[in-house]
Amino acid sequence: MNAASRGNRLFDVVLYVLLFISLVACLAPFLHIVSISMSSNKPILSGQVTIFPMELNFSAYSRVLADPTMLRSLWFSAYLTVIFTVFCMVMTILAAYPLTKKELKGRRFVMYLIVFTMFFSGGIIPEYILIKQLHLLNSMWSLVLPLLVNPFYMIIMMTFFQNIPKSLEESAELDGSSHFGTLVRIILPLSMPVIATLSLFYAVNRWNGFMDTLFYITDPNLYPLQLKLYQMVMNSMMTDQMQMEGAQIIQVLPESLKAASIVFATLPILIVYPWLQRYFVSGIMLGSVKG
Amino acid sequence: MRNINVYLHRYWQLYAMLVLPVAYFVVFRYGPMYGVTIAFKDFNLFQGVSQSPWVGFDVFKQIFKMDAFYLALRNTFMLNFLDLVFSFPAPILLALMLNEIRSVLYKKISQTILYLPHFISWVIIGGIVYQAFSTSSGIVNTLLGKIGVAPIPFLSDKYYWIFTYLGTGVWQSAGWGTIIYLAALTAINKELYEAAEVDGAGRFKKMWHITLPGIKSTIVVLLVLKLGEMVQIGFERPFVIGNVTVKEFSEVLSTFVYKVGLQTGEYSVATAVGFFQAVVGLVFILTANYIAKKTTDEGIL
Repeated sequence: MNAASRGNRLFDVVLYVLLFISLVACLAPFLHIVSISMSSNKPILSGQVTIFPMELNFSAYSRVLADPTMLRSLWFSAYLTVIFTVFCMVMTILAAYPLTKKELKGRRFVMYLIVFTMFFSGGIIPEYILIKQLHLLNSMWSLVLPLLVNPFYMIIMMTFFQNIPKSLEESAELDGSSHFGTLVRIILPLSMPVIATLSLFYAVNRWNGFMDTLFYITDPNLYPLQLKLYQMVMNSMMTDQMQMEGAQIIQVLPESLKAASIVFATLPILIVYPWLQRYFVSGIMLGSVKG
Repeated sequence: MRNINVYLHRYWQLYAMLVLPVAYFVVFRYGPMYGVTIAFKDFNLFQGVSQSPWVGFDVFKQIFKMDAFYLALRNTFMLNFLDLVFSFPAPILLALMLNEIRSVLYKKISQTILYLPHFISWVIIGGIVYQAFSTSSGIVNTLLGKIGVAPIPFLSDKYYWIFTYLGTGVWQSAGWGTIIYLAALTAINKELYEAAEVDGAGRFKKMWHITLPGIKSTIVVLLVLKLGEMVQIGFERPFVIGNVTVKEFSEVLSTFVYKVGLQTGEYSVATAVGFFQAVVGLVFILTANYIAKKTTDEGIL
């Protein structure tokens, strides 16, 4: 008995230590970036800044906030994300609701049409050519229209709709409600968890999306934040800019400027994330156990 | 005829709802599938998809002669396979650990932190990685230097680069991957644990003999599906983490298609590569699904 409980305690110790290491590994890169963005040049250059900021200094942030192209990208990304999420949710609901009706003729055909696209696609070049021929290059719609319905999310939504008791819909119909009325007045109010989850997924996908922006957007006025950030972080553009502007402004290291931009671009996600967390866990479970 | 009218009168709203989504799928999902025909054509942007002359399999003959194509194909398989070896077990281990945590608060906090990297874009992850792992001022090499280790070229030596690539993958996906295993764990019968306790099993024994077998079928299904995606590879991760110095390993099919197609304008060649990838991918995923159904009768289709 004694040996067993000692074994259990050892188990607990190992467990908590391992998990703690995992948590640190998850957080440390963020903390490091935040610290770099808020530290002075000297400790950064001498490599002293690890996960705590040293000699607090916010000049990198004032530089980022003073950059009009950065702010423009932020606003454009925010605007794009909101428009995108609303459009996607409306379209996903419009697709999911009728397809849950087993008696609807042609339902299976439409379902096959949609599910097939999960496993086979034209590929990025034909997509690019389509966007070009529709004259959508350098338009925000090139970042919205090609992604309107994610079939996987649509199936999650269908699973949710199917779990709503049939009797609710039937009684609404007896009262003379149309399908559209039933959807708006009965189904949607009951579907807030799945709507919140999928909105979060769509929004995060758009906010973080980078590939299509790289392909379709060449006009700097329409750079979403990720593309802007990519140009800044990956190219050496930044250092040239700094040298050009010379010594009149307080010198800010490219490292801390990049770090501040990264924090700046991550912040919106960090703000909404805790609010929606409880929804997406149940949402993704719903999707995964469809079997 | 009357019946059809009655039916339509009853259901027209549902069909009306479907119009826009179906139009979307036809235009934006099936439209590009029609565009795939340019893999069999000498595509010219001015003549468009339909007017360009057919050339049969000439473009495919051309890509099967390209060394760069085989390199991208090899790297795709290699990186996916290594990812499977390193990234696949990580969420299982994490889920097993989370499952043993008895403090509800600690578990909640851990999950919140572990899911977080999944919501960070690859551009930002790339930025963090380049900041942290550079040889000149990166924190990792600075710390290594303090314990007397020479700078390690995590980003510019192709062999070290693989570890950087794999590490970022684990970091980004391990926590998120636990969700599905945690869901599977809730289905395990609690009485099994009580019975094992009566038999004197310690916590490790219980984990090994009850918890792990309890999620075995989930593991198998996900493993088979991963195998089905061997030829598919996302664009953003290799593109952002990769660079010129390591392109011998970082050039994969998706980045290759981008470079050949959009940067050098050889649309037909790039489309043919994409088409090859899509077809092989479809075969892989259908085979994987078949195997998953056979082994666990829990397929995904």
